[in-house]
This record gives sequence, C-alpha cells and structure tokens, in this order.
Amino acid sequence: MEFAELIKTPRADNVVLHRPFYLAVEGTLCLTGHHLIFSSRRQDNAEELWLLHSNIDSIEKRFVGSLGTIIIKCKDLRIIQLDIPGMEECLNIASSIEALSTLDSVTLMYPFFYRPMFEIVEDGWRCFLPDEEFELLSSVTDEWRLSCINKEFSVCPSYPPVVIVPKSIDDEALRKVAMFRHGSRFPVLSYYHKKNGMVMMRSSQPLTGTNGRRCKEDEKLINATLRPGKRGYIIDTRSLNVAQQARAKGGGFEQEAHYPQWRRIHKCIERFNILQESLIKLVEACNDQSHNMDRWLSKLEASNWLTHVKEILTAACLAAQCIDREGASVLVHGTEGTDSTLQVTSLAQIILDPRCRTIRGFESLVVREWLQAGHPFQQRCAQSAYSNSKQKWEAPVFLLFLDCVWQILRQFPCSFEFNEQFLIMLFEHAYASQFGTFLGNNENERSKLKLPQKTMSLWSWVNRSEELSKFQNPLFEANSLVIWPSVAPQSLQLWEGVFLRWNRPSKFLDEAHEEMINIIKYNKELQAKVNALRRQLAQLQTADRMQENL
Amino acid sequence: VENVRLLDRLSSRKAALGTLYLTATHVIFVENGSETRKETWVLHSQISSIEKQATTATGCPLLIRCKNFQVIQLVIPQERDCHDVYISLIRLARPVKYEELYCFSFNPKLDKEEREQGWKLVDLNEEYNRMGIPNNYWQISDVNRDYGVCDSYPTEVYVPKSATAHIIVGSSKFRSRRRFPALSYYCKDNNASICRSSQPLSGFSARCLEDEQMLQAIRKANPGSDFIYVVDTRPKLNAMANRAAGKGYENEDNYSNIKFQFIGIENIHVMRNSLQKMLEVCELKSPSMSDFLWGLENSGWLKHIKAIMDAGIFIAKAVAEEGVSVLVHCSDGWDRTAQVCSVASLLLDPYYRTMKGFMVLIEKDWVSFGHKFNHRYGNLDGDPKEISPVIDQFIECVWQLMEQFPCAFEFNERFLIHIQHHIYSCQFGNFLCNSPKERQELKIQERTYSLWAHLWKNRADYLNPLYRSDHSQTQGTLHPQMAPCNFLYKFWSGMYNRFEKGLHPRQSVTDYLMAVKEETQQLEEELEVLGERLANLQKSQLNDNKVKSKPQDRSKQLGLSTSNNSLANTPQEYSNDLKSFPSRSPSQGDEEDSALILTQDNLKSSDPDLSANSDQESGVEDLSCRSPSGGGCLPSEDSGKDSDEAVFLAV
Repeated sequence: MEFAELIKTPRADNVVLHRPFYLAVEGTLCLTGHHLIFSSRRQDNAEELWLLHSNIDSIEKRFVGSLGTIIIKCKDLRIIQLDIPGMEECLNIASSIEALSTLDSVTLMYPFFYRPMFEIVEDGWRCFLPDEEFELLSSVTDEWRLSCINKEFSVCPSYPPVVIVPKSIDDEALRKVAMFRHGSRFPVLSYYHKKNGMVMMRSSQPLTGTNGRRCKEDEKLINATLRPGKRGYIIDTRSLNVAQQARAKGGGFEQEAHYPQWRRIHKCIERFNILQESLIKLVEACNDQSHNMDRWLSKLEASNWLTHVKEILTAACLAAQCIDREGASVLVHGTEGTDSTLQVTSLAQIILDPRCRTIRGFESLVVREWLQAGHPFQQRCAQSAYSNSKQKWEAPVFLLFLDCVWQILRQFPCSFEFNEQFLIMLFEHAYASQFGTFLGNNENERSKLKLPQKTMSLWSWVNRSEELSKFQNPLFEANSLVIWPSVAPQSLQLWEGVFLRWNRPSKFLDEAHEEMINIIKYNKELQAKVNALRRQLAQLQTADRMQENL
Repeated sequence: VENVRLLDRLSSRKAALGTLYLTATHVIFVENGSETRKETWVLHSQISSIEKQATTATGCPLLIRCKNFQVIQLVIPQERDCHDVYISLIRLARPVKYEELYCFSFNPKLDKEEREQGWKLVDLNEEYNRMGIPNNYWQISDVNRDYGVCDSYPTEVYVPKSATAHIIVGSSKFRSRRRFPALSYYCKDNNASICRSSQPLSGFSARCLEDEQMLQAIRKANPGSDFIYVVDTRPKLNAMANRAAGKGYENEDNYSNIKFQFIGIENIHVMRNSLQKMLEVCELKSPSMSDFLWGLENSGWLKHIKAIMDAGIFIAKAVAEEGVSVLVHCSDGWDRTAQVCSVASLLLDPYYRTMKGFMVLIEKDWVSFGHKFNHRYGNLDGDPKEISPVIDQFIECVWQLMEQFPCAFEFNERFLIHIQHHIYSCQFGNFLCNSPKERQELKIQERTYSLWAHLWKNRADYLNPLYRSDHSQTQGTLHPQMAPCNFLYKFWSGMYNRFEKGLHPRQSVTDYLMAVKEETQQLEEELEVLGERLANLQKSQLNDNKVKSKPQDRSKQLGLSTSNNSLANTPQEYSNDLKSFPSRSPSQGDEEDSALILTQDNLKSSDPDLSANSDQESGVEDLSCRSPSGGGCLPSEDSGKDSDEAVFLAV
C-alpha cells in the first residue's frame, strides 16, 4: 500500500492552529505518511508542529459555513484545533488523518521508516540482555540457572527465549509446570533480594479448575525457593471472589492443602476496561474548564484513578514488606500474569532495590519486567483516553505503573536519578513513537517483526548524554535504603505533569526546576574550584617543605 | 500521672508508655524509653477540645484535639486520674483572663531594649510610606485618635485627601460598627487603591450623603478611572437578608459611578463547619481514596479556599489591569474583607511575598484593622460560635499560591505553619485581643514579646531556596488561573496532617536545597581564603625566607575547614524527620500471623485460617516498625538507618 493513496490533500494553506495557552497561529498544514506537519508562515519566528499520526487518538470535525475545524485529540492527552478553509480540503484532510492514524499493519508504522539523525553510541537492542542480568545474579547466589527452554518460544509464547529458574528444576519439569499455568507462564525469577537472599517470582494463575487439579512439579518449583522451615507468600492480585470465579473457566489459585508452606493473600487490582474507563473519566475531568470546585473533586473521585494507584502501590508495598521485613519469598500472579502482576513486581523492586532508581536500572527494569515479561504493549496502548473504540484489551496498565513510580518519586525526591520528564517520556513512547521498542506484544512478536534489525531502539536515543541531561534529577543522592512510600490518600496526588500538562501554563514550575538545577550546578562548580585550589595549595606546600628541608 | 500510654493514631498497636505532667502552661508527656525520653509538649492554649471516652480494660482513654491539628490520644490507667486530668485541662484550656495566657509568663531572656526593638520590626507608617503615601491624593487622618470614631480601627487611618472629618464621621455612622472606608493598599503606578469598610446601614432605602461623598472621594483619588468597584464578598442572599436588619449593601443608583459586585464567600459559621468536616476526614483511620476525596469534597473546604482566592484575583485584576480602585466589604469588614484584601495585596505587590513584607501584611490587614483574634481563635473562653478558621484560610491561600508559583515567595511552608501555630499559641503578644484598642489598654507591647522578632531571628529556617529577588516570578503581579483543572487546589497535608509525619514526603526538597545553598556559601568563603593563601604562598616561595612553623599552621586550618565542609556535605536534615518515628521491638511468637499488613479488606477476602489466627483488632497494620523476623542477622548498614521505615496505611 502506498501512503499517497490515503493522502487526498497533502497540503493546505491558511490553516489556523489553536492550542491552550498559546496564541492562534496561521500557517501551512502538510500531511505525510506518518506526520501531520504544521508550519507557521511567519518568517521571523517560524514555528513547526510535528505530530505523529500514531499519536492521534481521535479526531472530530465541525463546519461553520465553508470554514472547517478539525479537533485532534492525542494519545499524550493534548488537544489541538485546526481551522481549515474550504470544506473539501477539510474533509479530505480529516479522512486522511483518520486513515493514517489507524493503520492496522505494524510494519507500516513509523519506526520501520524512521532513520535516526543522531550517531548511535550504544545499540539499545543489545542492552539489558538476560545473560547480563544472570551474570549479576550468579555473583551472589548459585541457586538459580538460566534456562533456554523457551528458545523458539515453543513453551510459552509470551515469555522471552531465556528465563531464570531454580537450579534444582530441570527443563522437563518446567514443561509440565507450563501446562499447569495460564498461557504457559510458569513461575520465573523476577527479583533477588541481596540483603537476605529472598526472592520474588511471578507467573500466571494455576489451572486448578473446579476439581482442584494439582501439579507436583509446580509445587516443587516454587518450594525450591524456600529456606528449610520457612514459609512464603503468594500474592494474588485478584480478590478472592474473582479468583474463585476463575476456577469455573479452568483457572484458579493455589490451594492450601497442596501448598502448605505458602500463605496466600488476595489484593484487588482492576484490569482492562475498568482501568480504561477510569482513564477516560479522569481525563474528562481534567479537561473540564468550568470553575466549579465541587464538580472537579467529584469527577476526580468518580474516575477512581487514584484508587487504582493506591491499590497497586499497596500491593507492591506488601510484596516488598514480605521480602525485606518478613524475610520470606514471594510469588506474584493474577490471571495472565501480564498486567497487574508486572505492576506489583516492578514497583516492589523500585521500593527494594536502589539500582532500579537509577536511569539505567529503571530502563533495565522496564525491559525485564514489562517488555521481556510479555506485557502486551501494542494491545494495551492501542488507544488512549479519547478513543471510542472500547476494545477489551486496551488499558492504561503501564501508565498506572508510571503514575505509581511518580508517587514514590514525589515522596522521595532525592532518591531517584531520573526526573518526572523521564517518566512522561516513557508514557509518550509507549503510546506513539519513532522507535520500535514498544511495538509488538511480546518478544516472540518482536523477533518475528525483526524489530532489532529494522527499527531503532528507544534506549539508543535516550542513553546519549545530550538526551540524558534532560532526564536527570538534580537532587539525586544515591540512597541504598529500602524506601517505603506512604499509601494514605493524603499522600497520593494527581499526576499533574501528565494529566494537567496541556491545561496549565507550565512556565512557573519549569522555572522552579531550572532554578533548582542552577543552585546545584553552581554548588558543584564551586566544589570543583575549591578542590582544584586545595590541590594546588597542597602541591605548593610540599614543594615549600621540600625546599625548607633542603 | 505515671504509666500513661500515648497512642499513635495511625496504628493502634504502637503506643508509648510514659508519664504525663500538667504544668501551668503545658501538658507534657515524657516517654519512659531509656535513651531518648522523647517528650511531647502541648500548650494549654493549643487545646481545642478534650474528650473522655468510655473506660476500657486497659484504662481510660483521653482524646485531646489541638488547634494546630495535632491529635493526642492518651490512655490513663486509673479512671480517677483520668477524670482529674480531664477536669484540670478543661479549666486550663479555657482561661478567662488575658493575664492567664502564656505570653505573660513567657520569657525568651531578652532585655527590655531587645523587646522594644522586636516590636519595632514591623512599622505600618513605614509601610504606607513605602506605598507612596501620604501624597497628593491620600493623607493620614487623626479622626480616630483615642478610638473616638471606631473602636475596632487603628488610631491612624489613611483616607482620601478630599474626605473631610465631617464626611468620615458621617460615613462611619452609616456603616456597621462604624467601620468607615479606609485605605488598605495603594498602587503607586496607577493610583488605583484597595479600600475596606463594613456594610452600609442601607436597609431597604436608607442613604447617607456623607457615605456617598466618601466613595466619591475614593474615586477622585484615582484620577485615571471614572468609577470604582464596590465588592461585597458575601453571597447575595446573605447580603439581602441583612437588609431586613437595617444593614445591607450599596444601591448603585444612590452612589454615582460605582460598579457593584457580589463575590460569594460564606460566613464564619459555614467555614467553621467546613473545617470540622475536613478534619473528620483527616482523622479517619485508613480511609479509602474515595472516602477521602468524597469527604474532602463534601467538606467544601477547597471550594471556600477557591472562593477567597477568586475574590482576591478579581480585585488584583481590577487594580493592576484596569487601574480601577476597589472598596471591599462584607458584614463587619473584619473577616472576609481581611482575607480578600490581603490575598489581593499579595498578588499585586511582590513586597508582601518577602518574609518581612508578609509580616507587614498580616499586621496591616489583620492586626491593625481589628480582626477579632481572641474570638476567632478562642484564646480566652468565649462563645464557640465566634470561633472560625478565618486566618487559617488566608494562610492556606498563600500556600496554594506557593505551590503554583514556587519561586515567587521568599519564605517557605514552614514559615506559614509556624505563624499559624503562634496565632493559637498565645506565646507572643501580637495576636492577643480583638482590636488595637484592647491591646493598647493591656499594654501588650510592654508586657509581652513580638512573634515577628522571633521569626526574623530564625529566618534562615524559613527561607525558600528557590527565591531570588531578581527572578521574574518575584516581579509584578501574579496571575493565577481560575479553573480547578488549571489551578489545582490541593489538600494541604503539611498543615492538617502536620503531626503525622508518615504521610509527608520523606525527603524535603526545600531542606535539601537549603543545605546545598549553605554549603555553597561556605565554599565561596573557602574559595576566597584558599585563593588568598595560595597567593601568599606563591609570594612567600618567591621570597623564600619563611619561618618553619607557618606551613604547619596552615595545614591545620585547612583541616578544620574541610571538616566544616564535610559537615555541610551531608545535607540530609530530612532524616531528622524520619528518625522521629518510634520503632517498635518485634513482637515475639506471632511472627507468622501478624507478619503482614492485613487489612479489613484483606481479612474478609483472604483465607479463613489466616484471618482467624490474626490478632489484629483494627485490621490496620503498618509495614514499618518490624525488624525482619527471619533471614539471619540484620545487616549493619540498615540498623543505624531506620529511616526507611514507613508508616503505611494499607488497605
């Protein structure tokens, strides 16, 4: 297919662009295969807006006489308005945008066409490989092994080719366990807590069904992680009710009788359309320009977004507490083990592991616990808050995770190497990007699409010093402790940086951030100067003394 | 009283055993803990209510709620002791004479001169001079000397030049409590002003020539504009109801060239109830997000804060952008009017956003114009219906602005919290009584100390590290957005959950940056010293005839300065906050059952065997305060740092 076929009117003049907090600008609108480009005609101060078609969540058109108006709502929650003279042009442009923003073939997406303009210092596709992770692990323990059982994605289609499992469990046993777990997602290592050797594993639900099926290998596998005489905790991210209902569909949960060494705790983290609707309601509240305080608060409350944030954080804290405070190993799962499970395991690691609070460590966490762990990004992030499609598989699972990270960051503003912008950037790229990182639903699909060969990795771009400087937290001081966030409602806030980003002038907050950077930069400069002088002084003094000794 | 338990509100399992002392001024609880002997001091004047609850097997619980939002829960073993404490506190918390208040016994060990200096720190005449007054349009009037015209106004009042004593007195007779229009703020740049008064006694048809002339005079004092705004900060309905009582609001037909405007800020009773409701939400034990947000909305608190802010924004806009003078009033002109005038001044004039300027602002709009501190904040035992968080709301407005304009204020959140604290504490004389007249009669300045001097002395603690006097946010008028989604009004947990440190961010950006700035300053000094020394050394090497002992001396000094430096190099003052969490020794024998944060929710849904074994009464447990029950010894790196402990409300 040629993109040209979809572009009926490639260019329109005298278009007026409206954005909140900016003056309206007149200029030229161009459509290309992947971008909507608006450039103002003003010679002195040419302004350009490039918008990826894949970032467009929905469009609306309106007509007043022959003046058409297109309202474009983006997945990053921005809303822009274009006034286009001429009904035909306007209709053409609207339908082109609609077609281009809803391409159904992945290989037509921009990452397959994008050619980077920067020099690649480090190929992001080769970073954060499981082997490296395992090497780190083997320096502290030898109880685990790297299994290549899923090499051809033959055992579990949503797992990566290599996984870390207890050493005492062979591949044959793993195959049996896979049969006993939803989507074949058998328990694998998610995190090893160096401080006390406790571990966190994740999986999907066991297929016990109504008649209480059991699998000895499964029991053996997870028991292999327990110290003699100790118990472990299974955190089921579903309520007991939901878990019980799952039995009717062949799923279920670990029964005490078969897992006597494990205590099961149910948390209630919502999934799918409940989350999507929550996002839609929240964004609607945030875009409500009325001056009414009651309405705002009740809409915020009704969206339930912060309730979800609280539930997820609480479950993650619980998992972290079991590991760090109780000295117990933990298994986390929900139904498929691709959504709430990953929210919990990844947040628990941020709480426990200082490494995950660095930029590279966090990238590695996203790669391990989200991309390789098979969170179906393409399905979940297909649409955002403005879509009307209401597909069951769309859900802001990853955005909720980022929101939770932001909440912890807000409570521990000096313990993270990255800043809020870094999280916002990940949110944007998860929904629309020139990079291939978040394409596909799992490693299997990514390898079939040959993403590493055909697209650029987000990490190749981010991890260059020019970009990194934008994402560094000037307040960062390495903190080797476990950080326990407060999950009380008083401590959780709306993430303004994402949800009110386009609705408020950010100038004053940006200035504050800049001021912060300057204060710290000046301090570092002085420190360097003082050190240099001290060194110089010391040298002169030794010279002095030597002279005197002579 | 010995063997009293102080309960932690967030977790019923955590309680400190200690001794309770009652003194003439304070309630003091001293923990028995051997090393720290942590003490909790509460001023009697901070106590807002005391509640004796039903006796239980463990003792008799006593709940003390404070005006600075601290809530203290004590359990006293003997019913009789409890009753005695209760009776004593009720008496102590409600003094009947000013002389009983703490400020008359508080002695910070300053001599007479220092005390007088302290009272001179804020000088209102100087402030009006700063505004450019007296000038061609405004003058100081002595019409109220000896409080002859209005007993709740200051003796020196600024009025338009064309307003004669006759007009002022005439106008005062037509205004509630004779609070005639007087100047609050004057804008040098365009002559626009903010004046304040009480409501006119207009009833359904009454009018007063002098009052009309007074408003005319205010308009004439601003030659650039042909009308003035009259802003009635009450809801229209309330103002209309007042007409039946012979009061009311200005009739546009009787006054030439006024534009009349209602801005619906509710009265003190609504505000008192609203705060009460919000505090109930704050006190909920492990509320869900919905409970909290719903309760917050239902309390209406943020709606009221927004109404006050909107009124301030309206007036600031009229003055700065339209260049129109504004007369503000409510009923008596000492509550809502004070709030709105001071918010508008704060938005208009960067001076009020400095530490000194903010003191001046409170002194000008609140203290001097007879805001009834004693009645509103219940310093002396009085009518509970007079109590209302009027200045608390103003202080919150300032905090909300600080959140939106982080570089605009010279002071930080702590400054606001401490001012709020001292408005209730009666430790300093500034906020005693209901009017300047009463304060003069009591000879407050001779007998007590000024809070402003105290704060000024410790100003380093109250600085906002992001403030720079040459920054764009510290220039000119602030323009906040109006819609809630643009200007996010937030719940101020730093104030209303002030004493529950577990709910606050664990690391303070302000403290961190202040430490960095302090270090920077030391570095600057060191840089200078080093530069000098280096130059000297280079010189001396050239001269090459030096005494031997000198270099040693030098290195000693150097060593000293580095150690200073390394002190500053650990800018983790925030850990103080964290260390104040008492940590509990691990409970023994029940490690499996109580091991987790089990919540009501959780108990219901989890396995029956789990909940049966669990011995949690409240269903709430915090994740902190437990040392790991297994996994061998505690690594030493963690032991000294309980700072990662958290109190989590888990639901």
